[in-house]
Amino acid sequence: MTKTTDSQIVARFEIEHTRYLDEQGQPCGELPEVAGNADLLRDAYRTMVLTRRYDGKALNLQRTGQIGTYGSSLGQEAVGIGFASAMTARDVLAPTYREFSAQLWRGVSITELLLYWGGDERGSDYSGPREDFPICVPIATHCCHAVGAAYAMKLRGEERAVVCVLGDGASSKGDFYESLNAAGVWHLPVVFIVINNQWAISVPRKRQSAAQTLAQKAIAGGIPGEQVDGNDFLAVHDRTAAALSKARAGGGAHLIEALTYRMGDHTTADDASRYRDAAEVEAHRADDPIARLRTFLEGRGLWDAQAEEALLKDCDQRIDKALEEYLATPPQPVEVLFDYLYAELPEALAEQRQQLLRESGDG
Amino acid sequence: MAELTLVEAVNQALAYEMAADENVVVLGEDVGVNGGVFRATAGLQERFGAERVIDTPLAETLIGGVAVGMAAQGLRPVAEIQFMGFIYPALDQMLSHASRLRTRTRGRLTCPMVLRAPYGGGIHAPEHHSESTEAIFAHVPGLRVVVPSSPSRAYGLLLAALRDPDPVVFLEPKRVYRLMKQEVLDDGEALPLDVCFVARAGQDVTLVSWGAMLHETLEAAEQLEAQGVNAEVLDVATLKPLDMRTILDSVSRTTRCVIVHEAARSGGLGAEIAAGLAEQGLMSLMAPVQRVTGYDTVIPLSRLESHYMPSVTRIVNAVKRALEFA
Repeated sequence: MTKTTDSQIVARFEIEHTRYLDEQGQPCGELPEVAGNADLLRDAYRTMVLTRRYDGKALNLQRTGQIGTYGSSLGQEAVGIGFASAMTARDVLAPTYREFSAQLWRGVSITELLLYWGGDERGSDYSGPREDFPICVPIATHCCHAVGAAYAMKLRGEERAVVCVLGDGASSKGDFYESLNAAGVWHLPVVFIVINNQWAISVPRKRQSAAQTLAQKAIAGGIPGEQVDGNDFLAVHDRTAAALSKARAGGGAHLIEALTYRMGDHTTADDASRYRDAAEVEAHRADDPIARLRTFLEGRGLWDAQAEEALLKDCDQRIDKALEEYLATPPQPVEVLFDYLYAELPEALAEQRQQLLRESGDG
Repeated sequence: MAELTLVEAVNQALAYEMAADENVVVLGEDVGVNGGVFRATAGLQERFGAERVIDTPLAETLIGGVAVGMAAQGLRPVAEIQFMGFIYPALDQMLSHASRLRTRTRGRLTCPMVLRAPYGGGIHAPEHHSESTEAIFAHVPGLRVVVPSSPSRAYGLLLAALRDPDPVVFLEPKRVYRLMKQEVLDDGEALPLDVCFVARAGQDVTLVSWGAMLHETLEAAEQLEAQGVNAEVLDVATLKPLDMRTILDSVSRTTRCVIVHEAARSGGLGAEIAAGLAEQGLMSLMAPVQRVTGYDTVIPLSRLESHYMPSVTRIVNAVKRALEFA
């Protein structure tokens, strides 16, 4: 056929997928530097286990009415600990509501997590990471905050970066695209982690987007995107560390799609058996991120049954102590409704505040 | 002292505060090289650099959300939405985040940002360029909504907004952008927020308005003066939180009240003021509160616009109804 137009390829892209450990915890090839950091690996493993123990406890607390609606992170522990352990304390996290593992790693206390999910705003007044954003509930809206915070860091010439975490469903929203686009244009120190757990409540990944990968959405924003095996701690940590180093050094934004699986219901208000095949969940049960790292650690002589036993005991003690603290936290005075609305209460609201005190007293 | 238009006063306040506080950054569509479609940010990028006077991609959700993120990190962003008709994508950010950040983190993170937008009709603008939906923002706890009516108010109120530790939606009546000039001293003096200003003192009736409509309201007061009616005119200026005390004080003396706004009537801020009068000032009132407002219709394109906008005549007639009520 004769060519009638002068057509040529003007852009190409490729999406790389990284994994270092297979489902059985065996190295797939050459391992990254972090694989040699025994202390970090053990800390990561401990926090993953702590997350899972806490998660189980929180579900029980919800069932017994001691906290409110709760969304489990079962099966996603390697992603959160993977990227959080690649951050510095001065970096800023913009999380959504399933990032307990990362929050625990960054110094948010179990008591604070319980307070938040138990309906107390003080749970978002983190004693540890003071500059981290609170959990963002309206999907993907925090992507813009991450861009703004990263802009502030760049403007001040700081060697810091923002990590913005979102889900596969969030990658369909305009806020996400607008943020990727601006992060590219402004060359900002922000790393987007798309935790693709295959389900946005009842909508599976394939109904969320016809794109072959979610990572490639970054390409349209002019920033690199890549995929990692989100159940491989080594892969998530290594690739996030590389992206963050580049970002802090002025190399611009980056996106990592971490492939994992939501083992639990969306939240305690959800029943996934209505829309999800039990066989699918069972098939994923064999690919457990915690077991994968444990096998690797044991293979290197960094972990054993005795260490595991001590860890579980320690986790449960910490959780029980946090639960005690949570249950013993004195209630907030009702006037707190008004006390953080503005820096100073406007005169126009003084009457309503009095009314609240009066009527709550009556009640 | 320079004679300035309202839009020049906005520009002067931005320049003053950018020079005084390096944390102040300006962002929005066309605010940089172009100086804003209304020239509100003219010359700022030249003076303060492209890092602090930021041309954003064309994305209003982003503009609102980036300002929230900047403010949480200690900057004082001033985000411009080109026209109020395009502000709604940013409404999510103002409602879901800006207004709540202090409350939900118990003061750990705060949101000292200003969202500026030209608003209102009467300049024969294209579709979606004439909206006056201030009540949507005034309904949101945690926000301040501020509307200047003149160059000097624009300068002083914008400075106050820029220094306020909480988010402010600053709505500029674009019909007044170049309607009048005033001498505005560039002395960095802010005007107080959260209070109504007495634009004209009087005893017979209280007229309450804000923004561009203050000018029709003042003109109505002049016409009424010639007919022997001495009207007091209040410029609400801060719509949220609302200074009902000044309005109640005035009405307790005049005993009659007419509220004027160009926004649609139902659920407009006039309804809130009327409710406040009914709750707390009923015994002062000698006549039903009158509202002169836009109709509960879609704001028309330019050819019918004058029928939609409250006119001096409609205001004068409403005052007469209030006065005739025995």
